[in-house]
Amino acid sequence: MHSLYSTVSSVLTPASPYAAEIGRLFWITLWISLVILLAVSAFVIFNLIRYRDRGQEGLPPQTHGNMAVEITWTAIPLAILVVLFVLTLQTMAAVSPSAHPKADPVNVDVIAHQWWWEFHYPGSKVVTANELHIPVGKSIHIQLTSADVIHDFWVPELGRKMDAVPGHPNTMVIQADRPGVYLGACAEYCGAGHAWMRIRVVAQTEADYQDWLASQAQPHPEPKSALQANGKALFVGLTCSSCHTVTGSGAPASKDVGPDLTHLADRQTLAAGVVPNTPDELRKWLADPNSIKPGSNMPNLHLSSQQLDALVAYLEAQP
Amino acid sequence: MRQESIAPHALPFPPLNKGWGWLAWFSTTDHKKIGILYMVTSLFFFGVGGIEALLIRIQLAAPNAKVLTPQEYDAIFTMHGTTMIFLVVMPLFIGIANYLVPLMIGARDVAFPRLNALGFWVFLLGGIVIYLALFTGSLADAGWFSYAPLSEAAYSSRPGVDYWIVGLIETGVGTIGAAVNLLATIVRYRAPGMTWRRMPLFVWMMMITSLIILYALTPLNAGLIMLLGDRILHLHFFRANVSGGSAILWQHIFWFFGHPEVYIMALPAFGMMSEVVPVFSRKPIFGYTFVAGSGIAIGLLSFAVWVHHMFAVGLSTPMNAAFSAASMLIAVPTGVKIFNWSTTMFRGRLRMDTPLLFAAAFIIQFVIGGITGVMFAAVPIDWQLTDSYFVVAHFHYVLFGGSMFALWAGVYYWYPKITGRLMDERLGRWHFWLAVIGFNMTFFVQHILGLIGMPRRVYTYPNLPGYGTMNMISTIGAFILAIAVLLFLWNLVVSFRRGKVAGDNPWDAWTLEWATTSPPPEHNFEKLPPVHSARPLFDLAHPEMADNPKYRTEAKA
Repeated sequence: MHSLYSTVSSVLTPASPYAAEIGRLFWITLWISLVILLAVSAFVIFNLIRYRDRGQEGLPPQTHGNMAVEITWTAIPLAILVVLFVLTLQTMAAVSPSAHPKADPVNVDVIAHQWWWEFHYPGSKVVTANELHIPVGKSIHIQLTSADVIHDFWVPELGRKMDAVPGHPNTMVIQADRPGVYLGACAEYCGAGHAWMRIRVVAQTEADYQDWLASQAQPHPEPKSALQANGKALFVGLTCSSCHTVTGSGAPASKDVGPDLTHLADRQTLAAGVVPNTPDELRKWLADPNSIKPGSNMPNLHLSSQQLDALVAYLEAQP
Repeated sequence: MRQESIAPHALPFPPLNKGWGWLAWFSTTDHKKIGILYMVTSLFFFGVGGIEALLIRIQLAAPNAKVLTPQEYDAIFTMHGTTMIFLVVMPLFIGIANYLVPLMIGARDVAFPRLNALGFWVFLLGGIVIYLALFTGSLADAGWFSYAPLSEAAYSSRPGVDYWIVGLIETGVGTIGAAVNLLATIVRYRAPGMTWRRMPLFVWMMMITSLIILYALTPLNAGLIMLLGDRILHLHFFRANVSGGSAILWQHIFWFFGHPEVYIMALPAFGMMSEVVPVFSRKPIFGYTFVAGSGIAIGLLSFAVWVHHMFAVGLSTPMNAAFSAASMLIAVPTGVKIFNWSTTMFRGRLRMDTPLLFAAAFIIQFVIGGITGVMFAAVPIDWQLTDSYFVVAHFHYVLFGGSMFALWAGVYYWYPKITGRLMDERLGRWHFWLAVIGFNMTFFVQHILGLIGMPRRVYTYPNLPGYGTMNMISTIGAFILAIAVLLFLWNLVVSFRRGKVAGDNPWDAWTLEWATTSPPPEHNFEKLPPVHSARPLFDLAHPEMADNPKYRTEAKA
């Protein structure tokens, strides 16, 4: 489990031009802020030490104010804020999807669900869940919507966050400069499963990405054993296929109630990041989803031990 | 002399409660008793909200913890926010204002004593109704912001949210009643000679706060009624997939209330600071006009910044830019206040009693909350850090490191007026230092957690590097803070019985509440000193250097 979460995704270690722009604005603001904080704190502490009552006679000078001083400490912060506002406008423009019109973007449709992510690659009919594969060095234009309540797509190293609002499609842009796995999470409270609606972005070289895309376009491998064949029959015959799609299973495509499971074996985690994707964990998940991810909409189907073995063998089958 | 009489229209209201014993507390219309009722009720809910906070911190102390289920955690963080905002900070300020404002303006009671009593009891009813949901087995768990459509019946089908809505409507009605009453009292019942520019700054801030309440709580109540309509009558104001419904509309309504609400919880704190800092510096406030005027500016701007809570929603660039500018602008009047308080201390003669300690810590902690606030006004920074633990750190620096510390300064300052006894200084110092350590330990690390990607409102988190350690530090800090709060409550109790007798004016303060006995009689004053400046008691004690040069007289030899 630990290996799934070995590095944090920090706003301060940007891996994209967009996150870098925002990081730069953050550092500028932070330095200005620290100067102001230190100046005010030093003044207060100086006063506390220097002007402490030591039992002197009489009253200190009863000064009521000073117009020039008031104007100064109104004008200086105002000037700083004007500069900050201009930088804000520049950064907003730099990280908007229209900032790089000449680049050849990759389009991805992201649909947020309680409590998982659905990713569509419109060019290739590939559908996957919770793990977003992207090629490095390219702008990824995300069309973001929600199937139920408001969620929020946030991968700090790759760019801004944005809400997935039902009935209000949004567009945003991210990018990864280097191959690697970038962690993210849903950042808008969306109910019981909010903590386990995590995102993994797998950034690959263009060639690796194209290979991945081609493999994802394939249907699920045909059963190679009796156990897998049994699993396939269960997938189609039980209620699994009314929520989940496995291309090549023969069951009609579902209405995206649950994640597309065609290439489940390819993913690193189960249940949007709770546990690593191993046959053992999948078996536990199928046996009692709520013990792995409390509040999950996946029902406990009270599967028998043989049924669990068969479904795990089928779903985890490698091509 | 005319100036030495009570305001002619501020006649004592006929008491309704002679000889009822403790039952008199239920029928009282005396502003001081109602003030105490507010304060005691808020302190009770402070205990409740504090226990909720500790439960949150226990669950988050280590990764993948299972102390609470997500459903329990969600209900607890929803109730923590709701309780602290609606049942603690707001009513605590309103209660203290109820007690003090008439005394500070030299009035015998408030303008609408019965409305005042009604306001308190309706507020209390609301608080009880919110928690009554416990008996249905489901507290509200859609967050204190209750975003649609999560708060709609389709996604929150249990009745907790309904109780939450009805309870909040009631506390809203009570709060609006209190605001109307305070406003009418301040406008109508000031002592002769107390012009606007001679009014104590706490009264100024409560007047602005009351106006904000009128314009902010009313739309909230309208929105809550719409949400209730969606839930029980199947209307579709905020149901996104039904024709005409808009999830974003709820956010506009909620934050049109929600941001002014921040200033409802901050301006009274600013008012307390503006009373405490001068008295303990032995100097008048530096820049009275600017401190009062910046309050007005904040009050007006507070209604023009709400969209900065919605930068991640995906509104248009001009909209985001305009609200970014307005949000940055509000830092200017806030900065003016900070500079004026710290300059009031400059060349003063600082009495290092507990109120000044809390006031000094307020300035530094509030500046930290203020500058992170400016960061959130910078739209792209907000796009990274909103809804992360950075926000949790930010607003706790404003509301706990700020408002709560100012409240503590105010409580130590005015407790002798209300009880006739001073609070214990030694306990006060322990309270102060443990609060500073506990508060900063709890919330400072949360800035870093936000920067390294921890979203807020999660019931647990994976074992990412640093997450466990920093959350544990935060949890230990929360328990230190809890000890500080217990010492404070203990100080309230023991000082009530055994505290040093205060006398009328233990701090040599200058505003009218110190011109009467501690505690004041039911009719507040026997007679008032003349009001020629913002510091009538200073003028009385130092006629040769009275603030208003027109009334300076030679000191008696």
